Amino acid sequence: MHTYVYRLNVLLTEAITLLALMCAIASLSDKLNVASPSADIQVLHINWFHKQRNGNDEVSLTMNVSADLKSTFTWNTKQVFVFLAAEYETEKNYLNQISLWDAIIPSKEQAKFSYHTINKYRFTDQGNSLRGKKYNLTLHWHVMPKTGKMFSDRIVTTGHSLPEEYI
Amino acid sequence: MGFVGETIDSIKSIQIRQLLSQTVSLGMIVTSALIIWKALICITGSESPVVVVLSGSMEPGFKRGDILFLHMSDDPIRAGEIVVFNVDGREIPIVHRVIKVHERKDTGEVDVLTKGDNNYGDDRLLYAQGQLWLQRHHIMGRAVGFLPYVGWVTIIMTEKPIIKYILLGALGLLVITSKD
Repeated sequence: MHTYVYRLNVLLTEAITLLALMCAIASLSDKLNVASPSADIQVLHINWFHKQRNGNDEVSLTMNVSADLKSTFTWNTKQVFVFLAAEYETEKNYLNQISLWDAIIPSKEQAKFSYHTINKYRFTDQGNSLRGKKYNLTLHWHVMPKTGKMFSDRIVTTGHSLPEEYI
Repeated sequence: MGFVGETIDSIKSIQIRQLLSQTVSLGMIVTSALIIWKALICITGSESPVVVVLSGSMEPGFKRGDILFLHMSDDPIRAGEIVVFNVDGREIPIVHRVIKVHERKDTGEVDVLTKGDNNYGDDRLLYAQGQLWLQRHHIMGRAVGFLPYVGWVTIIMTEKPIIKYILLGALGLLVITSKD
């Protein structure tokens, strides 16, 4: 009955069960954290704005992205992936989301930042409806845990608009 | 002799009734594993509820050998989500983040562009030739949960099949010779 194999089996099962339980508790403890992040996003300059050869509008922006995401970090947080997306509606599309800039924040100390940047990915429309377009700039962040459930949130800034004419 | 001798003895002393009951219990283990897997497929709505990360394209978030839990609901796909997708002509699914979304007003169809966090450029080079966007049917699920390292078990087993057979053999022997 109580052979070595049997004991080893029990030990292994116990260890795995406990480890799984600890992972679950660590993940659940994330829920206790109430985050109060803040963000400030400004479009400083429109570098150029034209229609591409294939007929799609493209614009290039210089932005300042400042945020304090320190409160999103918990002991179970491996990193926070943060990105800024332009979001708008057109005749054709119910929703357009275009990531303009992103960063990986590896630690709480680096979670308060201010970046002066041009858009990292192309701000291109599916069509040519960007002239005079009102759009939101939304700062999204995705918390990637050491173990367990991933979660995300965002701050929306409204009232941005593109020029009526190409530059 | 010890363990080996005991094992051989217990194999010799197997009677037909005991053999049957052990076959049944082995069957129970296999079928319950199958039941759990199929139940997960039903609950998550994804064909493969659990995937192992095979490449470093999402580092440092996901490393090779980490496990992701997928969920496929009817919720629309949005930028920032980590999705698992299949590209025509490629066998192995890819786990990357959505960076652009265009959702059509009339049909509700969606065009999605993805990128690995650790890659320099977007995924258009990985897509089929001439393909600019992923559609809904390419996407198998979105990642909702994460467990580190556990996937190494399957990576080792697929890369060194001999270990898989040794392990399966040992487990089988254990089940057959166990006396309770």
